[in-house]
Amino acid sequence: MAIKVFLLLLFLSCSHSVFSIYQDQVGLMDWHQQYIGKVKHAVFHTQKAGRKRVVVSTEENVIASLDLRSGKIFWRHVLGADDAVDEIDIALGKYVITLSSEGSILRAWNLPDGQMVWETFLSGSSPSKSILFVPANLRGDKDNPILVYGNGCLHAVSSIDGEVVWNKELTVEGIDVQELIHPLGSDVIYAVGFGGLYQFDSCQLNAKNGELLRHEKAEFPGGFSGEISSVSSDTFVASDAAHSILVLISVRDGAINFQQTYISDLVQDFSGTAVLLPSKLTGIFSIKIDGFVVFVKVIDEGKLELVDKIDHGAAVSDALPISEGQQAFALIQHEGNKIQLTVKTGHDWDDDLVKEGIKMDCERGLVHKVFINNYIRRDMSHGFRALIVMEDHSLLLVQQGEIVWSREDGLASIIDVTTSELPVEKHGVSVAKVEQNLFEWLKGHVLKIKGTLMLASPDEVAEIQRIRLKSSEKSKMTRDHNGFRKLLIVLTRAGKLFALHTGDGRVVWSLLLNPLRESEECSSPIGLKIYQWQVPHHHAMDENPSVLVVGRCAHGLDAPGVLSVVDAYTGKEINSLGAVHSIVEVIPLPFTDSTEQRLHLLIDANQRAHLFPKTHEAISIIQREFANIYWYSVEADNGIIRGHVLKDNCILEVSDEYCFNTRDLWSIVFPSESEKIIATVTRKSNEAVHTQAKVMAEQDVMYKYVSKNLLFVANVLPKGIGKIGSVTPEESWLVVYLIDTVTGRILHRMTHHGSQGPVHAVLSENWVVYHYFNLKAHRYEMSVIEIYDQSRADNKDIWKLVLGKHNLTSPISSYSRPEVITKTQSYFFTHTVKTIAVTSTAKGITSKQLLIGTIGDQVLALDKRFLDPRRTVNPSQVEKEEGIIPLTDSLPIMPQSYVTHILKVEGLRGIVTVPAKLESTALVFTYGVDLFFTRIAPSRTYDSLTEDFSYALLLITIVALLAAIFVTWVWSERKELQEKWR
Amino acid sequence: MRTRKGQFLLVTLLSLALLIWSSWAFQSDELLADDEEFGLEGGRSPDLDLIVPTRSAPSQPTRRRHSDPDSDSKVQFPLDHAFGDSDFSPAGTFSARLKTWSHGGQTLTKLRFSREAFTEMEKEKFKKLLENDDFYRIRVPSNVLSPPGRDHIVSSVKARCLPGDHLDEHFVIHMEGVNILAINYGSPGACPYPRQLKLPAKWSFNSRTVLKSSEQAPRTPAFAEEILGGENVDGEAVPPPERSFWAKYWMYLIPLGLIVMNAMTQAMNMPEEQASGQPGSQTQQTGAAVQRGQTASARRG
Repeated sequence: MAIKVFLLLLFLSCSHSVFSIYQDQVGLMDWHQQYIGKVKHAVFHTQKAGRKRVVVSTEENVIASLDLRSGKIFWRHVLGADDAVDEIDIALGKYVITLSSEGSILRAWNLPDGQMVWETFLSGSSPSKSILFVPANLRGDKDNPILVYGNGCLHAVSSIDGEVVWNKELTVEGIDVQELIHPLGSDVIYAVGFGGLYQFDSCQLNAKNGELLRHEKAEFPGGFSGEISSVSSDTFVASDAAHSILVLISVRDGAINFQQTYISDLVQDFSGTAVLLPSKLTGIFSIKIDGFVVFVKVIDEGKLELVDKIDHGAAVSDALPISEGQQAFALIQHEGNKIQLTVKTGHDWDDDLVKEGIKMDCERGLVHKVFINNYIRRDMSHGFRALIVMEDHSLLLVQQGEIVWSREDGLASIIDVTTSELPVEKHGVSVAKVEQNLFEWLKGHVLKIKGTLMLASPDEVAEIQRIRLKSSEKSKMTRDHNGFRKLLIVLTRAGKLFALHTGDGRVVWSLLLNPLRESEECSSPIGLKIYQWQVPHHHAMDENPSVLVVGRCAHGLDAPGVLSVVDAYTGKEINSLGAVHSIVEVIPLPFTDSTEQRLHLLIDANQRAHLFPKTHEAISIIQREFANIYWYSVEADNGIIRGHVLKDNCILEVSDEYCFNTRDLWSIVFPSESEKIIATVTRKSNEAVHTQAKVMAEQDVMYKYVSKNLLFVANVLPKGIGKIGSVTPEESWLVVYLIDTVTGRILHRMTHHGSQGPVHAVLSENWVVYHYFNLKAHRYEMSVIEIYDQSRADNKDIWKLVLGKHNLTSPISSYSRPEVITKTQSYFFTHTVKTIAVTSTAKGITSKQLLIGTIGDQVLALDKRFLDPRRTVNPSQVEKEEGIIPLTDSLPIMPQSYVTHILKVEGLRGIVTVPAKLESTALVFTYGVDLFFTRIAPSRTYDSLTEDFSYALLLITIVALLAAIFVTWVWSERKELQEKWR
Repeated sequence: MRTRKGQFLLVTLLSLALLIWSSWAFQSDELLADDEEFGLEGGRSPDLDLIVPTRSAPSQPTRRRHSDPDSDSKVQFPLDHAFGDSDFSPAGTFSARLKTWSHGGQTLTKLRFSREAFTEMEKEKFKKLLENDDFYRIRVPSNVLSPPGRDHIVSSVKARCLPGDHLDEHFVIHMEGVNILAINYGSPGACPYPRQLKLPAKWSFNSRTVLKSSEQAPRTPAFAEEILGGENVDGEAVPPPERSFWAKYWMYLIPLGLIVMNAMTQAMNMPEEQASGQPGSQTQQTGAAVQRGQTASARRG
């Protein structure tokens, strides 16, 4: 059987295989989802507009225009990773203005279609707060310039063409501007801010030319904390440096007055610190005092009055002018599984314009942000809609007490992905129930036959396509024979787990992990990785698989870790451990206990290893394998790689038998002046390798050096860390290493002179492919290293194999001196690369393809055969038969070989491949801001019929043939009889 | 070798300046390879203590003449060992020539290693390691000029891998200029698993050392023009070898021949069959006639 498959493969690899699909196959086995990320700012555009829309900017540096009716994306732009959006606004009623890159790039986008209209770079001297002020333009005939404060410089920019009208350096005046005020129709711009810790500054500038008219200063002995909130156009509130006094600042006729109020006078039993919340309400400001938000009203003559005190989990929107001199704002509070939306007017606290309770899924967590917009109801009263950003980064539109639409934008920030099998189809649940009735089934097949025989009318073709796309087969919640249906379990930055169905990409369940939410012991938790915790094989029918989520409480390596085990079918948290020891590294061990839970070693910051799960059985398993557990650690900043091994039990105050001391076995120290680690890559632990031998031309055999302990390291000169072109070719090099991580042996070491990072690499079987920049050739290059084991090379004699005099079955020890040879080759490659992955199949028989995430956010499938170090200019006949491609200097990029065909995975970050049960096929999941899933067959689907294969046609053909045989048989019988009677 | 060593000793005892002169004198007549491998039969060398450590030798040897491109000096660095978790103690000394190239780079060549034999106490410790299948660890400084450099380079091996007839060990030292990146330490051959407990026949070391520096990556083939120009030449240069008619079409000819032969034999048989077929039918008819005749006679009878 294996030979057959092999021959088949050989045949297929000889034929030039190109991965591409036909037009009518799009969406059949792939899906694409577009997201935007957690919304930071939102601006509504509903007045006098045919299509009501909201323009948002997000933490993924996306600006998007969303349909207010459905939440669909009208247009979207993903800015670069280092081009974070600071502010957005709408100018002239037709341009979206964005300020990004810390106040240095101002862009205008056309509102209807998202085309960029103009772009202006604003320079300044020192980093500062960035403020965008777009004057309200009611008449629309006059070009009021946009005011931008960024990098210590105030700019006035024409909103029509983006030209800088004037600019004024304000840092030379010693003022750090916090607020800009430009009263409508006035010729004077007011800028207020702080000059140092104790000084409050107020400036008046000429709106026409930026001339500084007046500059007032006043010192406050208590110092300022740096936050400021405007209460009216001439009154501001700040808090002192100790966060215990509120300072009301009024600027009248050029004179600055301070009025102090102790917070303890306002709020009873106040202790701790108060933080001023940024809000733009007239006459009211809010402060956050340990767990509460307090609203304070400014009455005449600088008196402060406490109006309300609400729970911490509340969100307040900015003020929205609803009519002349009237403002409204929204307030959202939590009440059990409901949220309470209240819209109040600025002048009267007790008057609620709207008070609505909305049922909310508790998996969405707390409300983080709220933006409101008003509309005129049929009875001419004011109606309000609110755009709500939740803790899990999802976006909801609420109107009339209902959720109109919601977007799962947490999926734009995936951290890690793992997969889980679906439940086995149980007896009793008949397949026929899921299928339509027999008549429907027959009708579908008749249509299919028509389609195959090209007899179908256009309507019928559309019907066939609809049936194919909506096939209930692919979105069933049970395992299939081919292993195409799985659950993708993804962890997002918000600390939420999602299970996506591979058939259609829908969310099967989602869970906001409690250990990864902000709490007192965990100030800023982050999710790190997901591991497969329990994969039942023996009891697959009645046990559910589960995953282990590892997180950390804060950003430092020594922050306490959190662990959580989640059921993969139901999405329920089974077990969680909060704030344990720090977790630097998690090592899944190749052992499972009797309940098929995988053993994990967690390495903490003090170089101690902790066993998880903490059971006695796990201890007994690890005692058996104690001496055979090795791991390594990379100190990238120091340039040191170390190997470790378990030593003995920890000696702590509290005895802990699950904790082990470790010791260093080996170390590699790279000279700090000439090498810096920029990339380390290992093999995927679950990768299957079909055969160790590689049959060469001329009946020769080479043995692959297949080791799970291979580590690829790429180093560059410390100078060459920067951007490409920052160093000359003479003073830059790239050194690559292949290291055995058990003994610390350097198996291969090679220098690329005149080359520079960034390096993207992938290690699989016995080869590594890496991508870097060649400064001498001014091009990107990809190199391949293949490593072969020479110690087994003399096992070629057939008699040796027959008589068993070979060493192929003896265990391999890392302590034997390796005899390896390497083959390398480099090729030019056109694209800049974001990430590289390799296809993985169930048995590893199918030839491999590299999946290259390009700078254009697409995925290119490149046959590994193109990166064969044995390619020569004129391959001999035998080599050609083996499938060796003639040597070229650059790798070909065929337009058909884009896995993502016409789609883009915006902000591409990672590519994950999972083997299907069918050997020829691999599932590919690509994530970034968007998600894309497809399945690919690097050597085509040689082991199955295609999806659109018409079984009915086959059946009919067979029946027809049988009938024909029967008829002809009868005929021939008869004829024979007649012959005999003649 | 011995004479040279002796001279070296003499010279180092004289003065530093003379050392430079003498080493210069030696350097002239031999080609220095980067990778040199040679074994050294272990045992405490009697004159080891007499060698004046040249660590204090100028780390940047003075450049003398413009015409003279390279110069070298001698360096030594220690090898320490530890048994299991014990502390490190001296176990031997590496000595090598430090070669300074005209472009400023420095490399080590002619590495030599003198190993100290185990003391009785160390032997006991090593036996204990063998019993427990524990690690024997070694370390060297990461910089040979200013030991220990940034950190020590540590390497370990299961003690049971070493004993053969002697204690066989193999060092591969990866260098970058005067820095040691890594040291690969182990037995020179295989160390099959499971490891058997075996005591060495002789408690002396059989050491082999190799110095390794980085390889150059092969250059990316750049032959875009050659391909364009070379395509035609190739086509002309390698015409497919003309094969005989028989060699080309034998697979068609043989079946054809078989068919022809088959047809011929059939054609040969055909006339015979026809010839014999006719009499056969006649006999049947006559037989039938006989039968009929018989039945007729029977009826008659």
